[in-house]
Amino acid sequence: MKTIKLYQIAHARSGDKGSNSNAGVVFYTRAGYDLGCELLTPERVKTHLQSIVKGEVTRYELPNLRALNFILGDSLGGGGSESLQNDAQGKTHGQAMLLMTLDVPDDFPADDVGI
Amino acid sequence: MKQLVRIGNGQGFWGDSIDAPVRLVEDGPLDYLTLDYLAEVTMSIMQRQKEKNPQAGYARDFVELIDRILPTLMKKNIKVIANAGGVNAPAAAEALQAVARKHGVNDLKIGIVEGDDILSRIDELVDQGATFENMDTGAPFSEIRDRVKSANVYIGAFPLAEALSRGAQIVLAGRVTDPALALGPMIHEFGWQPDDVDKLALGTLAGHITECGAQCTGGNYSRWWEVPDYAGIGYPIIEIQPDGEFVITKHEGTGGVVNLMGVSEQILYEMGDPKNYISPDVVVDFTTFNLKDEGNDRVRIDTVKGGPATPFYKVSMSYFAGYKASGQLTISGPRAYEKAQKVAEIVWERLKRTGYTFQDTRTEYLGISSCHGDINPVPKQINEVVLRLSVRDEDKNTVNRFGKEIAPVITNGPPGITGFAGGRPKAQEIIAYWPALIPKELIQTRVTVV
Repeated sequence: MKTIKLYQIAHARSGDKGSNSNAGVVFYTRAGYDLGCELLTPERVKTHLQSIVKGEVTRYELPNLRALNFILGDSLGGGGSESLQNDAQGKTHGQAMLLMTLDVPDDFPADDVGI
Repeated sequence: MKQLVRIGNGQGFWGDSIDAPVRLVEDGPLDYLTLDYLAEVTMSIMQRQKEKNPQAGYARDFVELIDRILPTLMKKNIKVIANAGGVNAPAAAEALQAVARKHGVNDLKIGIVEGDDILSRIDELVDQGATFENMDTGAPFSEIRDRVKSANVYIGAFPLAEALSRGAQIVLAGRVTDPALALGPMIHEFGWQPDDVDKLALGTLAGHITECGAQCTGGNYSRWWEVPDYAGIGYPIIEIQPDGEFVITKHEGTGGVVNLMGVSEQILYEMGDPKNYISPDVVVDFTTFNLKDEGNDRVRIDTVKGGPATPFYKVSMSYFAGYKASGQLTISGPRAYEKAQKVAEIVWERLKRTGYTFQDTRTEYLGISSCHGDINPVPKQINEVVLRLSVRDEDKNTVNRFGKEIAPVITNGPPGITGFAGGRPKAQEIIAYWPALIPKELIQTRVTVV
C-alpha cells in the first residue's frame, strides 16, 4: 500500500446550502471513482472534516460524472449572514476535502498534480 | 422556428464583473443575455430602499449596464432577461425607459413579471392555509413572523417566456430561480409545454451550469494553473436546439476554459440530492446524462431525465436576527501565532471585565486555520498571521462595545501588530434566511409589457 492525497485522483468544488455546505468530488478516472466509493464513506469524511462539520455527512453518488456529492451538515456556523466564520459559504470546503489522505494499492495510478 | 439559440449569462451574482455582459454582447453572436442580481439578503435591502423611496427597490447596476449596451442590443436584436426588478420592477422599467429615450429609442418594449413578492400578503396567505414552517428545520413560522423583512416566491420560467412572446426586448423579474432566466427564452423560442419534462430538464440543467457566470468557464477551477488568460475570462453561452440538446461554450478568443472538469464541478455546485433537483418547472435527475467534450471549449449534453414539477413553490424569507461585527489585526514577527493567541486572550478578557457578554463569539487565525481548522498541522515558522475576532448579539450597543476594544491592543499589547484600517468595526444587522414551501395555487404571477 502507498499513501496519497485525494487531490492526486480527484478535483472538487463546494458551496453553501443554507446552514450546510456541499462538496462535490469528481474523480479523474473510473478506477478512481470506484475506489472513492469504497474509501470516502460519510464516516471517514466526517472524521477528516471534524473541525469544520458539526452535523451529519450525507453522500450521494453520480456515476455518470464519476462524482460523489457530500452534504456537510451544520458546517457554516449558521450560514449566510448569521455566520461569524471567515468562510461563511463553505467556498473552501472542497479544497479541504482534497487534503484527505488515502491508503491505496502500490500500483494504483495517482497523478502527482502540483496543488 | 430557430434551429439554434444562443443564451449567454453575464452576471452570476450581485457584484459580479460589470464588464462581462458588455463583452458577451459585443464579442460574438448572441440571442439572449441573462443576468442575476439577487443574493439572499438583497431583497431585504431593496424592501428597505422602497420603504424610503417608492421609486427605489431594484438593481440600479442593471440600469447603468443597459445604458452601456442598449445600442448593441438594438443593433444585434439581443434580448435581456434579468431579475433586476427586485421588489419594484415597474420603477426599474421606468428608469430603463428614461435610458432608452436618451439613446433615441422610443419603442423599447419591457416585460414586467410580478407576483413573487408576498411580503404584504403574508397574513392573507396564512389565512388561506400557508404555514411557512422552515423547510430545513421544521421550525414554526411564529418564531420569526414579527421580524420578517422580505418574502419572495421563487417563480419559474413560463412567465418569462410569456413576456418574450408578447414582444418584450427586456424582461424584468423579481425573484425567479436562476436557471429559469435561461429556460424562459427556450420555452419561448421552441414552444415547450409544462409536460415536456425532459426538454425542461435539459434547459434547467443548462441554466444551472451557467447561472454562476464564469464558474463553468474556468472560474473556481481546481487546476487553476492550467487556465489560459484568466484576466480575459469569457462568460458562458448555451447553444441550444429545439429538442433541448445543448452545448456549453464561450466566445472565441476569450480567456478561460470550457471542458469536462469545469462543467462537472459546476454541475455539483450547491447541489443537494442529485436525483431530485427541484425547480418550479420540473424535477431533474442529475444522474441521467453524459457530458461530451467536443474540444475547442465546447461541452455537449444531449439527454437528461425530468419529472413533473411539484405542487409547491419555494419561498425565501429574510428576517432580522440581531447584530454582528468582526475586527482584524495583523500580527507579525517572531512567535507570531503565539502573539496572536495572546492578543485574542487579552481582548476577550478586557471585554469580560467590562461586564459585557455576547450570544456568540469567534476567534480565527487567518493564514493558519480559519478555513480548514486543524486538517493540517500549524507550520513551525509563520511570518505573520491575521487575527479575526467576531461577536454576535441581539443588542446593538453590546456589539459596538466590542468594536471599541480592537485598536487599543496595538499600543497596549504585544509588539508587531498592524493592519487596523477603516475605523472601529460597527454593528451590522444580521438578516437571516428562512426557506419555506407554499402551494402553487396560492400564487398568481402577472406579466405586463410596457
